[in-house]
Amino acid sequence: MTGLRYVYAVCHPLGAPLQAELTGVAGDPPRLLTHHGLIAVVSHVPERDFAEQPLRAHLEDLDWLTETARAHQGVIDALTVVTTPLPLRLGTVFRDDSGVRVMMEAREDDFRHTLDRLEGRVEWGVKVYVESEPEETGEPAEKAASGRDYLRQRRRYVRAHEDLWQQAEEFASRLHAVLSSHAEDSRLHAPQNATLSGISGQNVLNAAYLVSRHESEEFVELVDRTKDDVPGLRVELTGPWAAYSFAGEETGEGDTT
Amino acid sequence: MTTMASRLPEPYAQGSSANLADILERVLDKGIVIAGDIRINLLDIELLTVKLRLIVASVDKAKEMGIDWWEDDPALSSGARRKELARENSELRERLAQLESGSAQREPQRSQRSQKSPKSQKES
Repeated sequence: MTGLRYVYAVCHPLGAPLQAELTGVAGDPPRLLTHHGLIAVVSHVPERDFAEQPLRAHLEDLDWLTETARAHQGVIDALTVVTTPLPLRLGTVFRDDSGVRVMMEAREDDFRHTLDRLEGRVEWGVKVYVESEPEETGEPAEKAASGRDYLRQRRRYVRAHEDLWQQAEEFASRLHAVLSSHAEDSRLHAPQNATLSGISGQNVLNAAYLVSRHESEEFVELVDRTKDDVPGLRVELTGPWAAYSFAGEETGEGDTT
Repeated sequence: MTTMASRLPEPYAQGSSANLADILERVLDKGIVIAGDIRINLLDIELLTVKLRLIVASVDKAKEMGIDWWEDDPALSSGARRKELARENSELRERLAQLESGSAQREPQRSQRSQKSPKSQKES
């Protein structure tokens, strides 16, 4: 038995082949493992990197993690083009094919249920950033003539700042309401840290929307139209993603567990 | 254009240009959780994301100072770790050179102290 089995996703049998040159985690092309009419998409990965100890160590290495995350996402992306995959969390590894089959058998009902729920749907990510601080109205340039002038300037600056944040909040919740009404489900994620994303501006809305494929074009246009609504705010759209944010739980409405 | 079958609009900020935070957010935090044969506790991944956030938070300062945390943080980048070692090495060499030249001038003091030091036994 050479190597371990890294599982990316579970899906229905593919209607079209995956792109031929696709490579996955550890450079291994993803393979399709069929069990009871469902498919697990797996790569053969070496024990030296994916056994418990090395995997644990690798996860702390951001270079390795980045590469692996991109490879994982690359396979999920390719699957999303041809089917509706249930993406598994990064680092789901089994000893051999039969380990994967046992897992599929145990979770078969869940998988079918979730696949039915997500069939033909994709996830769109929408983020709102506060792009810039308000112009400082020449604060440093024009020297305050007196203490009172200084305070007045300062107050103007602080007020402009607060206004922008309030505007951002209102804009974000309005946008979220509109987009939610055009989506089947939605999730609010924690705002991203600018340092990790490497993107300028303060992230005030980080949301995911579950949208059917045939309504996606409309959804994208809807987001596009809001883009320039408020100066100083930036709307960013990502996707289509596999329905990562909606694969885990049953439903967003009536979270009563 | 996009693949016909899916009738999807052009991807937005996907593929290689997708921001790393977007990808990590999904592949680590979302998706279906299954305990594989190789047990990396979920806690580990949660801890990892927390850790990433902490690292990220703590380098805000560094970023302000114009340091590219991503490339240069030795805790995060193996390339940076090598660079860090090289830098530390040359720093140490520099300090050693300074110490050597300094100690040459302060020879008397040094020999006084070295009488008490056990190392001096080796030297003598």
